[in-house]
Amino acid sequence: MSRNGPLAIAFHVLFVTFMLAPLGIVCLVAFTPEGYLSMPTHGFSLRWFRQILEYPEFISAFWVSIWLGALSSTIAVALAIPSALAIARYRFPGREALTTLFMSPLMVPPVVLGIAFLRFFTQIRLAGTFTGLVLSHVIVIIPFALRLILASSYGIDTRIEHAATSLGAGAATVFRRVTVPLILPGVVSGWMLAFINSFDEVTMTVFVASPATVTLPVRMFLYIQDNIDPLIASVSACLIALTAVMLLVLDRVFGLDRLFVGAGKG
Amino acid sequence: MKERLKPTPYLLAGPTALVFLGLVLIPLAMTVLLSFYDWGQYKGIVPELTLKNWREMVADDYFYTVYMRTFRIAVLVTLASIVVGVPEAYILNRMSPVWRSVSLLAILGPLLVSVVARTLGWALLFGSTGVVNQGLMKIGLISSPLPFMFTETGVVVTLTHVLVPFMVLAVWAALQRLDPQVENAAGSLGASPWTAWRRVVLPQIIPGMLSGSVVVFALAASAFASPAIIGGRRLKVAATLAYDEFLNTLNWPLGAAVATLLLVALVAIIVGSNRLIERRYAQVFE
Repeated sequence: MSRNGPLAIAFHVLFVTFMLAPLGIVCLVAFTPEGYLSMPTHGFSLRWFRQILEYPEFISAFWVSIWLGALSSTIAVALAIPSALAIARYRFPGREALTTLFMSPLMVPPVVLGIAFLRFFTQIRLAGTFTGLVLSHVIVIIPFALRLILASSYGIDTRIEHAATSLGAGAATVFRRVTVPLILPGVVSGWMLAFINSFDEVTMTVFVASPATVTLPVRMFLYIQDNIDPLIASVSACLIALTAVMLLVLDRVFGLDRLFVGAGKG
Repeated sequence: MKERLKPTPYLLAGPTALVFLGLVLIPLAMTVLLSFYDWGQYKGIVPELTLKNWREMVADDYFYTVYMRTFRIAVLVTLASIVVGVPEAYILNRMSPVWRSVSLLAILGPLLVSVVARTLGWALLFGSTGVVNQGLMKIGLISSPLPFMFTETGVVVTLTHVLVPFMVLAVWAALQRLDPQVENAAGSLGASPWTAWRRVVLPQIIPGMLSGSVVVFALAASAFASPAIIGGRRLKVAATLAYDEFLNTLNWPLGAAVATLLLVALVAIIVGSNRLIERRYAQVFE
């Protein structure tokens, strides 16, 4: 196999710099000892990280995001498992249409979904509630959970299940002891990808969240709209660090390249 | 023999289908309907069917400007992603596995970081008090800050950063299906590396490039947070305009019309180009 020439390597270095520079700068500015946006040229300081603790709205928004992510990805996975099994195992009229429907939140712009949810929740008196927030997030993250669970459901050798049945296992036992373990990698990484997407979602959530149920990205977005200071940089730096940890775990569990193939989200 | 219709798949997928019916199809239908309702500063939303909002969008140049800007930005972001992403995918494909997985972490990792944090990074780099501008001014290369914030260029650069990983992925997937020996064969038959790339590699990765373009274009045209932060309140795109009508002006029917038009335009473009790609390159997908 031919190697990359020096020009190619230079291009690659530039590209990786382009990808990482904005994140790097956020992390650097977060450590500034000054009271304004600047590089930490005169030593590093944690003052802006301590400052976060004095803004309870960031802390409470963080917990809203965590609970929202955990709850909505669990519901999304619970809905995605049977759907994935139906799509992967059976040929039935409407199969294609259902798959398209379940993947459709990827195609509908988040702004449009946000507006649709706001209108709908206002009519049924769910606007601004945590329940409404969870329901809307379930919809947006189902495609991510479904895709990964589908990928692991296609690979199952159904003879293993038949063997279990012929050995006297009931349908529930076969599902619990054979099917679930086989699709478990897909379920776990599907849950994690769903969680990350829920945790990062901002556009649709801006419409659905009320001041009491604001998530972390929405809080950050609203804060940046007013002013950009080292505080928001330190909040973002924490977020980047948290994501980096989850990224490494996901890479170990599932492999990053498989995780993203066919992805579509912004 | 005709196979009997089994109820199992319907029972399995049924709950999700019901959830989607109730939480996607009905709300979307209500939004489309809302775009035909009347609205007034004092009377609020009046549920009477009217074409007022749609007429306003056609008649007012402002909406035309915003939509043209939205699609101009999306086209530029798509082109930039091709120019930057295609060579990168090619380079990535020729790397040793170890370096490749490290590079993939760096390229795909940002996808998982909130778009708000990524956009903030660009604002910190290129804002008027940003690091790059301050640095360039200190060494005297420029006298006033480079215009980046509140410009279309700024929005395009930021969105390219946010979306180019999708292009890299799509092209890389196409490259993996390619036999590396074919390129070597072209070389041994006397083609220069550039000719081999242009005549042998490029034609085979065009489908990947096109499907990557559809994804990047759709996401760029519906982007919200980056244009809102970098573009500010004056440089509106379709998504930020709909947001404004909903949460600032409170003219929901007009906001719904703006959103509906965006949705319809995007679905038409996505479905249309997917059809085109599949028909034109059917043999490559087999």
